[in-house]
Amino acid sequence: MSNNSTNTEWPLWEVFYQPKDGKPFEHAGNVHAPDAEMALQNARDTYARRNEGISIWVVPSDQITASSPEDRGPFFDPANDKPYRHPQFYSVPRAVKKRK
Amino acid sequence: MSTFDTIPQTKQEALVETLLRLADDRLIHGHRLSEWAGHGPELEEDLALANVALDMIGHAASLYSYAAELEGKEDEDHYAYFRDDIDFKNIAMVELPKGDFGFTIARQFLFSAFSYFLYQKLIDTVEDEQFNGMLQKHFKEIKYHLRHSREWVLRLGDGTEESHRRIQDAFDEIWMYTGELFDLDDADREAIKQNVFVDVTEFKGEWKELVNSTLEEATLTVPDYDQYMFSGSRQGRHTEHLGHLLAQMQFLRRSYPDAEWK
Repeated sequence: MSNNSTNTEWPLWEVFYQPKDGKPFEHAGNVHAPDAEMALQNARDTYARRNEGISIWVVPSDQITASSPEDRGPFFDPANDKPYRHPQFYSVPRAVKKRK
Repeated sequence: MSTFDTIPQTKQEALVETLLRLADDRLIHGHRLSEWAGHGPELEEDLALANVALDMIGHAASLYSYAAELEGKEDEDHYAYFRDDIDFKNIAMVELPKGDFGFTIARQFLFSAFSYFLYQKLIDTVEDEQFNGMLQKHFKEIKYHLRHSREWVLRLGDGTEESHRRIQDAFDEIWMYTGELFDLDDADREAIKQNVFVDVTEFKGEWKELVNSTLEEATLTVPDYDQYMFSGSRQGRHTEHLGHLLAQMQFLRRSYPDAEWK
């Protein structure tokens, strides 16, 4: 990369893409860009050049609130000993299974 | 067929001439863009420029291969690798050295804006199905090239003092090569008559409008349209830069004609 750029680092954006109509958006990775429009274009060039998706979201990385590693215990462990929260005790009728 | 003032006689000759003119512009421009690979101002822009380069070289390849089919040549490589600079029909604007990022963006914007209007008109006019199909496919990518380069013109023009100065210099420097976009010669007129090309002067007004409004929005000064304009490249009278470009681009293929991808 050339080093005569006047930019200090551009802000970071998280990229989400939708693989197909009706499917949820998935996280693809991130890009640097000076603003939202360029972030969208960079995301397209970086992550959507091979037919990966039909729609893209970009979100400033610093706008995302994430759980921290310490939250892992209180957030996720309680799920382990409460199997009744999972709908696994029903037998699924064959007709429903088939439709999946 | 040598380039100098040879006027196509039949519809097929006119079509081949049109295909080669379009393809040469795109191959040479694409090659210049490919020179940015690994040198882009940012990683993301490095990828973007390489993507545009690939698009343009892809456009050239499909146009060449159709010309090869019509002329009974083996494949598209004949046109890309085994012609000399005098036989290339591209305009001079696309063969100029890549310059700085501002110059590359200014050229991309002016050329993509021209291609945008040209392709629109060609798609409405051309009856040849194979050719028209290519045009429609390329047009989608041209829209993206225009959007990308236009957004950059706005940001560089209305950016820092240095970016403003550099992109203004770029437009001033490239301006004398914009005249060729709208030059029509006898070969073009024959192609227009045969419905395989269009009168480019008909959309010059729209092109100017887009260029003017973009430069104004970017706080740039529009250079003088009536200044001296370079011409003659489509007839083989190129700048010194094309020969150097071809030497690099054609060297491998000519030195190792039987080389293959393994």
